[in-house]
Amino acid sequence: MTDLLKLSGVHTHIGRYHILQGIDLAVPQGQVTMLLGRNGAGKTTTLRTIMGLWQASSGEISLAGMRIESRATPDIARLGVGYVPESMAVFSDLTVKENLVLAARDGPLDDAQLDWIFGFFPALRRFWLSRAGSLSGGQKQMLSIARAIIEPRKLLLIDEPTKGLAPAIVMALIECLKEIKRKGATILLVEQNFFAARELGDSVLVMDNGTIVHRGEMAALAADVPLQERLLGLSLEAHQ
Amino acid sequence: MTDLAATDPLPKPKRDLAPVLLPIALALLMIPLIGSTSSWLTLTAASLAMGMMIFIMASGLTLVFGLMDVLNFGHGAFIAVGAYVATLVLAPFAASIQADSLWMNLAVLAPAALLSMAVSGALGLVVERVLILPVYGQHLKQILMTTGGLIVAEQTLYALWGPQIIPMPLPASLRGSFILGDVAIAKYRVLAMLIGLAVFIAIQLVLNRTKLGLLIRAGVENREMVEALGYRIRRLFLGVFMTGSALAGLGGVMWALYREQVHASMSDDLTVLIFIVVIIGGLGSIGGCFIGAILVAMVANYGGFLVPKLALVSNILLMVAILMWRPRGLYAVTSR
Repeated sequence: MTDLLKLSGVHTHIGRYHILQGIDLAVPQGQVTMLLGRNGAGKTTTLRTIMGLWQASSGEISLAGMRIESRATPDIARLGVGYVPESMAVFSDLTVKENLVLAARDGPLDDAQLDWIFGFFPALRRFWLSRAGSLSGGQKQMLSIARAIIEPRKLLLIDEPTKGLAPAIVMALIECLKEIKRKGATILLVEQNFFAARELGDSVLVMDNGTIVHRGEMAALAADVPLQERLLGLSLEAHQ
Repeated sequence: MTDLAATDPLPKPKRDLAPVLLPIALALLMIPLIGSTSSWLTLTAASLAMGMMIFIMASGLTLVFGLMDVLNFGHGAFIAVGAYVATLVLAPFAASIQADSLWMNLAVLAPAALLSMAVSGALGLVVERVLILPVYGQHLKQILMTTGGLIVAEQTLYALWGPQIIPMPLPASLRGSFILGDVAIAKYRVLAMLIGLAVFIAIQLVLNRTKLGLLIRAGVENREMVEALGYRIRRLFLGVFMTGSALAGLGGVMWALYREQVHASMSDDLTVLIFIVVIIGGLGSIGGCFIGAILVAMVANYGGFLVPKLALVSNILLMVAILMWRPRGLYAVTSR
């Protein structure tokens, strides 16, 4: 399995704070790689650094063999990286349709792709001409993910998609992400919900204090309760 | 079933009409206070004309504020430059301007306005590249740089045209008034209203019917996410900045014709009004800017008629009142 995304020795400073302290990670093509860790471990900073929203102070980031650490965010997006931020960041003043029209950078909306998206996000079809600001939290998350997959992307960076959502919505969202995974998407997924991580992840990276402290198979971590407690301060059983 | 399946109807978005009703309510409230219907109509027409001119000058600034969080205290330079450039066309064709033919007047006025817009827009390009690009994200430096730019621009105009006030008479066909019963409405004010309305409609069409407009609206709300979708927002901002500068130039020509004179510091008082309009309208909101401009003009005109001593502070009081009601302006677009 080739690695689509590789980070080697990446450091990121935000102001005087040294957040990422030498990150080494690889995201294999066609897999879902979970990025777990406690609050403040540096997970969101990692995604934002890959996306170019915060500049890496040192280190290398390569996408399909191409160095991207010094590229601007729009250039990284144009290389085929879709980003779903923690805040969802839908354009609330724009309609659902307008949000997706903007996300479809390369031309008009593709009907087949839209039908595929509507298949698991039916709310988006129904509220097509409604302002995104009037959607519920779960529907906004759907829109945010739909925006990232409205055109084929090499890599999806998704930051805590289940955060703040009701359990029933989380289950539906997991099914959606599984469907996206079945299409062969490569995803780097930050998640605090260990149940969702276990359902979706092929491999797992655990962060602490700006470094990767564990890497391995998601199934192995899910089966090892003491390791979960040591790395994350919780066990899957306790989380459920 | 979850809300992902959309079983429940989505609440209809509320149309926020309160700000739209505000100038209407204010105008109606003034009828008994002013007493004379003809005076009220004259003042209302003057307010709408003045409001449209202020809107034209402020519309670019509100998008610049909202889109890139740039405090451009030098916006007034584009107004003055626009007015001076118009004199370059109007002076040699003074005979055509004073001819009693609307078409001859417009044949000179239109190129003068277009040239003013082109020069102001080009100046906007230079200002953005030279003064603003190095200080993105640094508000204090933006204020210093753009205020310095305004001073340089004013002094350059003095050096090129001299310190004297340059007359800019209205074209012959735009002098006088339309008489409706015992009400007289100046022809030029009607033209100013029509141009302002046309600019407002054009901006609304671009913002709501084109992908470029979608990008601008999205960028005002969350420029980082627009970049994460693959759009180079700096280029977009440059385009908006140049357009805003060009509109300020157009506003400068219209204001100079309204006052029938041009001088280098003509924008000093206007800049205060423009900033008040941008703030009370809500940063980045064209609709708010439009209503705010009308409100500011109404308060200036009605206030000047009823309580002349309050004229100097009336717009500050208006701003305080609006911000107490809606702290982020009439229509909050950005979270700033």
